[in-house]
Amino acid sequence: MKTRKLSEIAKTIRSKNAGVDKITFDIIFTDRASYERVKRARVVTRETVQSLYGIPDSRISDFVEFDPANAIKFTIYRPRPSGSAGDPDIFGSQQYAPLLDIEIPDNA
Amino acid sequence: MRSLKVICPNGHLGFAPIRTESFKLGVAARPDYIAADSGSDDVGPVPLGSDVSTSPLAWQTHDLEQMLLAARSLGVPMIIGSAGDTGSGSRVDLFVSIIKALADKHRLPAFKLGYFYSDVSKDYLRSRMLKGSVVEGLDGRPPLTEAELDATERVVAMADVHPFVELLRRGADVIIGGRSSDSAVFAAPAIHHEFPPEQAYYLGKVLECASFCAEPYGGKETVLGEVSADDVRVTAMSPAQRCTVASVAGHAMYERSNPNYEHVASGTLDMSQCRYEQVDAKTTRITGARFEPWDFRVKLEGAGKTGERYVGMVGIRDPYTIAHIDEVMAWARGQARERFGDTGYELHYTVYGRNGVMGELEPLKQHPAHEVCVLVQAVAPSAEMAEELCMIGTRQMFYARLPEVKGSAGSVAFALDEVLRASPAYRWTLNHTLRCDDPLALFPTHMTVAGVK
Repeated sequence: MKTRKLSEIAKTIRSKNAGVDKITFDIIFTDRASYERVKRARVVTRETVQSLYGIPDSRISDFVEFDPANAIKFTIYRPRPSGSAGDPDIFGSQQYAPLLDIEIPDNA
Repeated sequence: MRSLKVICPNGHLGFAPIRTESFKLGVAARPDYIAADSGSDDVGPVPLGSDVSTSPLAWQTHDLEQMLLAARSLGVPMIIGSAGDTGSGSRVDLFVSIIKALADKHRLPAFKLGYFYSDVSKDYLRSRMLKGSVVEGLDGRPPLTEAELDATERVVAMADVHPFVELLRRGADVIIGGRSSDSAVFAAPAIHHEFPPEQAYYLGKVLECASFCAEPYGGKETVLGEVSADDVRVTAMSPAQRCTVASVAGHAMYERSNPNYEHVASGTLDMSQCRYEQVDAKTTRITGARFEPWDFRVKLEGAGKTGERYVGMVGIRDPYTIAHIDEVMAWARGQARERFGDTGYELHYTVYGRNGVMGELEPLKQHPAHEVCVLVQAVAPSAEMAEELCMIGTRQMFYARLPEVKGSAGSVAFALDEVLRASPAYRWTLNHTLRCDDPLALFPTHMTVAGVK
């Protein structure tokens, strides 16, 4: 079965602080068709995010499929507030890399 | 008036300089207001805690000068919110003094300079709590306790439109605001001119990060927002950018956990029924925004000091040592415990090349690179203790005792055989809300004159 990576289909894959206690992730698609295909394939869901990041469901505060922007967005609680000593990413902007290689079957 | 035009040249004034070409195009469009937000909790708790700016003075001055000269030449008001990165009182005073100095430098004819403060005293919070007010936590935090308040250095409240509108009502030509909601900076002129709140706050929402609502990606370019009784239109001023349905709808999600709702002190902007329409190549029109008022409640941000801080770093190349890096760090931690005991300090290790950037979230942490860099942070009540703690936590990795290591002349590489003083460590002690009866009570307003009489 042929697959493509999320990074080949999505226009934007990013992470950023949503306030000081949460990090929010956006996956934005170029067009409605790609967005619908990835939704149908169920490869980016609360469950797959838990498994990819090794976190329990309680760490995910929001999971939204946002049609007006052809985007999937989810938000997680930080282990400690942004910028506390030992926090390696004050802005929360480099936490998205594991999403890049998610595989979407061509026939989804 | 049928519509109001506001330009925003910078999503965070001072953090990086504005791009002047698109700003000039924005000014040429003859806006009614020029506004920018100058603060964020993005920058971490250290600037608020230690009451400094993280933005360089030269960049803050550059942007304020560009905006001030344009605003005075057009004869339109200029509004800045969350002065100096944190919006604390000292930052408001800093920006007020910069405006006055710029007005003198350019011999600008006298104009009215309004400003307000957002500082909240710990005594005020303590007395509210003693009288039974609950300072509710956001994002899963428990209500504020006296202990957490005691641990806090400085608190600011986020203003809504009210102090801005009050100063506009009193004829301010330039306004420097303390900490405020990003959208309030732009919603305020729209509210002042009696546009409906749902359009005013949507205008604020879309303008507050400047060109982040445009594509292709490019920060620090100017965008122009036009609000009317029933819509908002946003246009990218840079020739290289466009505000498209995708870029504007995508911006609604930026930095927020939910793309449909934006909360301010006086209510919630509901964007769930918004419709986006491409009006021309560079402009998108948005209709369908709604605003639901609620009991006035301010968001409070507060930072508390956790100690003085030193940092050290080492490199490791031996694959056996890298495979046993946890034992290496445990050895160094053990030496620190022997010297200082179990508590009363913090020792943090960040292992670049393994999981430095993502920590526990890293799926590949079992597969470190051929070399790693370990960053050590030591936090302690005094600089002397933090320095010694960091020395032990760093240097003892050199002496780590691994049973089968070949490299018996030192387990780590030092690029610097010293530890470096860093800013004191702080943490966000407040991410809370507090009900208030009077929207202006926490935001005292002042008016002065700048320029040449």
